[in-house]
Amino acid sequence: MSSNGNSSMITINLDGKEVDVPAGINIIEAASIHGTEVPHYCYHPQLSVAGNCRMCLVEMGTPMRDRGTGEAILDQDGVQKIGWIPKPIIGCGTNVSPGMHIKTNSSMVKGSQEGIMEFLLVNHPLDCPICDQAGECRLQEFATDYGRGYSRYVERKNVKPKRTKLGPRVTLDDERCILCSRCIRFCQEVVDDDVLGFVDRGSFSTLTCFPGKELSNNYSLNTVDLCPVGALTSTDFRFKMRVWFLKESPSICTESSAGCNTLVSSREGEIHRITPRRNDAVNDSWMTDSGRELYKQVKSEDRIVTPHVSSEPSKLADAISSASELLKDQKLAIVGSCRSTVEEQYLLTKLARNTKAKKFLRGHFGEDDGILLSSDRTPNLRGALATGFSVKYPTDQLSDLSRALSKGQFETLLVIGEDILESGISQDDLKGVKVVFLGTHKNQTSALADIVIPTLTAFEKTGSFINRTFHLQSFKQAVPGPAGLLPDLNILSSLINSLSVDGDQSADLAQIWKQLSKSATSIFHKLSFSSIPSDGLQLNGEKWSELDFVEKKALHFSPTKQLQEA
Amino acid sequence: MAKTVVLQRKPLSLSERTYLPQIVTGLKTTFSNMFKEKVTLQYPEEKPIIPKNYRGVPTLVKDPNGREKCVSCQLCEFVCPPKAIRITPGSVPEGDEEREHVEKAPQEFEINMLRCIYCGYCQEVCPEEAIYLQDEYSSSGYTREEMINNKEKLYELGGTLPDSHYKWDQKKTAEDQGNGH
Repeated sequence: MSSNGNSSMITINLDGKEVDVPAGINIIEAASIHGTEVPHYCYHPQLSVAGNCRMCLVEMGTPMRDRGTGEAILDQDGVQKIGWIPKPIIGCGTNVSPGMHIKTNSSMVKGSQEGIMEFLLVNHPLDCPICDQAGECRLQEFATDYGRGYSRYVERKNVKPKRTKLGPRVTLDDERCILCSRCIRFCQEVVDDDVLGFVDRGSFSTLTCFPGKELSNNYSLNTVDLCPVGALTSTDFRFKMRVWFLKESPSICTESSAGCNTLVSSREGEIHRITPRRNDAVNDSWMTDSGRELYKQVKSEDRIVTPHVSSEPSKLADAISSASELLKDQKLAIVGSCRSTVEEQYLLTKLARNTKAKKFLRGHFGEDDGILLSSDRTPNLRGALATGFSVKYPTDQLSDLSRALSKGQFETLLVIGEDILESGISQDDLKGVKVVFLGTHKNQTSALADIVIPTLTAFEKTGSFINRTFHLQSFKQAVPGPAGLLPDLNILSSLINSLSVDGDQSADLAQIWKQLSKSATSIFHKLSFSSIPSDGLQLNGEKWSELDFVEKKALHFSPTKQLQEA
Repeated sequence: MAKTVVLQRKPLSLSERTYLPQIVTGLKTTFSNMFKEKVTLQYPEEKPIIPKNYRGVPTLVKDPNGREKCVSCQLCEFVCPPKAIRITPGSVPEGDEEREHVEKAPQEFEINMLRCIYCGYCQEVCPEEAIYLQDEYSSSGYTREEMINNKEKLYELGGTLPDSHYKWDQKKTAEDQGNGH
């Protein structure tokens, strides 16, 4: 029974309406496509189906056929009879089939939902005032939407341990747990680190770590996001802020080239937590624990907040004009960063072209965990290639620059965020060389730089990154930057304008993208910043398939070289 | 179009023209009040009797055992229309015998009395019955900072109120008697 000539679509009857849904999905997904919510706790689209919470009970029937002959059984009006299953079935564990009838709001379904809610709340402590999940709690939401509205339970509730430390970052409140097993399945299926399990039986059932193990893997905080109730809480965020105060801004994790989609939650300009944002092409619904801590760099001690000229604090405008004085008509080298956005790298490329500067790019590398932490520990290495800032694959050590410096080829260095002293440049190399440093945090290079211009972190500016699969993703400013500072784009564009004769470089994203997309050979051709969808845009990275990218096979990523061999 | 009608005024009578009857009527009211009970209060020497349910300065109260009731759920901060309340949430340290099971308590609690409009929403929304608008109605100060009541001041103003639930004590009893683990 196909419709619209599309064989992968089937027609089902949802609450009396004929609707088309893709074949092979379950009832919860089919209903949600058509705007009907089937409440559920244990089901998660990216985990296996456990079917233990029983919240997604619906009524189901299939068209009747004679068992002997296989002919359709018709009623008096000549319409095929529907054989309704006498008891409700779970929506998560039942896939749709052609002609299937589903009732999601019959009195039996409502009765089941009320019953399940009542059982779930029997031993629930109802300590919402002190619970961090309050405000984004499925139990709260479904209790008001599908619950009975009052409690008939007069017996004393079960008492369970309240502050169990499951690992360094996760705290368990056992009383609140509804035993949905999402966290257990996540650890088994996504992280392949089997540490969690249930012990004891009936209402004594408790989530616990296996003896001698703890929930310490780098994805442990995803269990906190997965938890539909307040049982698993983040030790870092615990009791810090109620979620209804938080403003959520879509962002991209800058930890590695995996480019996890994130939501940055802030209140009055202060970031309180980072959570993953679902993107089935990039990070599913997960992100690393280490990536969640990056917000701490915004308010860290070593943040540069005042511009310095020859170690003296100065105004930003003065620092920029003295920087352009220093860069003018000099033998200049620019050390770019794979942590800059696509737009910044484009402006830097333009600056290098205008000043005939030599470009150097430093990469940062680490261990690959095969999931969402890639060996390339920068968010935008491919952006540097795509904007033409670099044609070579960057290395951690800037040996070329070191050699050129020792020969005295350069008089001035413009360094973007990188610590060049850490990458094979010695203090002796820099003797007699003027250094202009643009960056967010203090390091050895900023300490000896002649001019230090503070810039903004990814949380404080808008831009785009290209991740390991050449997925172009934009991010929005989540919080305002420190008072008096400007985004990197403004600083770079004013440097370009003061260094060239016909300086009219705009710092506006739309204008920069107009320039970026002009060339027909560019992979940005015909693109604009506002046209990047919220779940990113896949670019064609074939041009660079010959380069030795360091990333290993991981979630939603396989290295191009291996693909070609296979 | 409405028509304009010009009314003719009646000419005043002799008694009306002398104004005397009107003056006498006025004086009658004045003199009759001299023999009635006084209603004026000599404030601030004399203080009015504050009725129950009066909405005075918001305060934090302790339960009859002298324990902090607020768990810093921040609902009052959320509901406060003029944004007068500011709470820094904190946790009860482990090892505190009496309060450990409550887990959460305010680290700092500030109510800006220059912003407060005495609406009483905070009292209404409080799930722990910890914040009350009591009978204190006059608050003054020389600086703006003085008008921000901190946690210490709020508990000093609030004192202790009777408690009909002892919610957390019940929880502790259940824990001690052990239903389950």
